[in-house]
Amino acid sequence: MINKLVIENLKHRPVRTFLSMLAISIEVTMVLTLVGLSYGMLEESVRRTRGVGADVIVRPPGSSALTLSNAPMPEKLQNYFAGLPHVTRVTGTVVHPLVFPESVTGIDLAAFGEMSGGFKYLEGGPFQSPEDLIIDEHYARQQKLKVGQKVNLINRTWRVCGIVESGKLARLFVQLPVLQDLEGNQGKLSQIYLQADDDANIQTIIKGLKDTPALKEYGVYSTEELVSLISVSNLPGLKAFIAVIIGLGIVIGFLVVFLSMYTAVLERTREIGVLKAIGASPGYVLNILLRETAVLAFFGSILGVGLSFVSRWLITTLVPASLQQKIMPEWWLICMAISLVGALLGTLYPAWKAAKQDAIEALAYD
Amino acid sequence: MPESPNIIEVRDLRKIYRVGEVDVHALRGVNLDVPRGEFLAVVGPSGSGKSTLFHILGGLAAPTSGTVSMDGQDVRALTDAGRTELRKRCVGFVFQKYNLLPTLSARDNIEIARSIAHRTGPQEEWFKDALKLLDLEKRLDHKPRALSGGEQQRVAIARAIVNHPAILLADEPTGNLDTKNSEAVLNLLRQLNKKIGQTILMITHNPEAAEFADRTVHMRDGEIVEAPAAGH
Ligand SMILES: Nc1ncnc2c1ncn2[C@@H]1O[C@H](COP(=O)(O)OP(=O)(O)OP(=O)(O)O)[C@@H](O)[C@H]1O
Ligand SMILES: [Mg+2]
Repeated sequence: MINKLVIENLKHRPVRTFLSMLAISIEVTMVLTLVGLSYGMLEESVRRTRGVGADVIVRPPGSSALTLSNAPMPEKLQNYFAGLPHVTRVTGTVVHPLVFPESVTGIDLAAFGEMSGGFKYLEGGPFQSPEDLIIDEHYARQQKLKVGQKVNLINRTWRVCGIVESGKLARLFVQLPVLQDLEGNQGKLSQIYLQADDDANIQTIIKGLKDTPALKEYGVYSTEELVSLISVSNLPGLKAFIAVIIGLGIVIGFLVVFLSMYTAVLERTREIGVLKAIGASPGYVLNILLRETAVLAFFGSILGVGLSFVSRWLITTLVPASLQQKIMPEWWLICMAISLVGALLGTLYPAWKAAKQDAIEALAYD
Repeated sequence: MPESPNIIEVRDLRKIYRVGEVDVHALRGVNLDVPRGEFLAVVGPSGSGKSTLFHILGGLAAPTSGTVSMDGQDVRALTDAGRTELRKRCVGFVFQKYNLLPTLSARDNIEIARSIAHRTGPQEEWFKDALKLLDLEKRLDHKPRALSGGEQQRVAIARAIVNHPAILLADEPTGNLDTKNSEAVLNLLRQLNKKIGQTILMITHNPEAAEFADRTVHMRDGEIVEAPAAGH
């Protein structure tokens, strides 16, 4: 019977009920989208790092696992690395950052192709001339680019010569010497990738490099080591960011439900008095309001999970190159809990007010 | 407590409301005995304390001093939880404003009173008979706003007696009704009183309504001023 009263009360004010659920669902979608973006973008970055096909990565002095120093390395290092035992292939790149998170990467197409297994061209083909630009499918979609079209980047006009399947290191590629010239860094590289003859020898190569006095300041990582560092738990900023989102979610849920239930309690002053007059205890009144809130939070969360698919669809349709949102079922329950916590906190005061409300005054109330 | 023929015994009952700096003496020493099975009318001018008396009898308010015994229970000794229990099991209220829950059908308004008192299962036979008296069978699935004032008040009466309370307290039950509906409700109260022996206390402003009761008491300035031995 109490459930019937709860449902009838919710049905009695459909707009209030719907808007409360919608607000809770937006709270849930916000958390799912931002958390999904955090994980999605990290995973994309891992996927593209692996896509190079390298086993060992050498970075210039002053770099860390997650930041790249722009102190360049001499190109000649490549020849030295190629001569080391167990190293089968070597290729270097230059990275020129654009507006975050985009960047242009200069590559030696032949060497890069050998190491990574080669680009898969969806349209067009390899570089023909110095102003040629290869882009990946997502960038092409986001910027609505076709082969042959002109693009302005780094104060220069480029021509799209090929559109390739995404997943190899970067989204925009130009020829290495062209980018080196543009930066005034002839003969310098910002990253060097090494491939081993056998996985078993990766550590041997790394140890050899680390023991070389001339490379003392350089960052030497195995790809797997670097990839394992790209995770939420290794990015303190991201962890804090997610904590802030969860906090915000709880606050939004709290405010929405507080307002909604507060007005509901005011509106129902008389009914609450009636319930008390027929013998309902304060606990019974509390119970009604808590159940009502739980229903709002539950269906609001389900709607929110649904909306997170809509937000992902929007992101992959509109900005597939800049943002990737991961759908994370393991977060659905967490979000439900977040919205429930916010909602229950929001009901506490209105429900307490209702429970202690004087029945006689309530019955005299119009 | 020794078995008394009186279901209600009130001795020197006082109630003082404090409004800011001022004390309002709503009841100034009420004495009242009501035998089990009586239909009693309470009349008196506005502000004489009739509703206040009912609120104390029904456990909606606590007395300031005096003793009140309802069906053998000392109301003054009750805690908040005890008064909730009193409202749940011992008394039923009917108000001038029908006070049905607007979101529930007539049937569910009655059912929720049963569920609050933790009574489940089918309705008892005596209650089905009472529903027939109330002539509500056809209207039970309607929401209050689809019912006339008279129908709403009859549902409120059904809700008030469904848990078989020892005492039914009706505060101006016909105050919002036209003559025809008033008469129906009053007849009904009298039949409930005669057929199932329901003890009823009814506040009214209308001398004709008081005629339906076995006895009438008068209140003035927080006291019962005269209590004719029998009204019929
Ligand atoms: N909650 C309250 N706080 C302060 N004073 C109150 C309160 N309830 C009642 N009173 C006062 O107590 C006195 C008796 O009021 P009560 O409502 O019992 O009168 P009544 O006989 O029922 O009047 P009416 O016929 O108008 O319903 C009045 O002076 C009223 O103003
Ligand atoms: Mg009154």
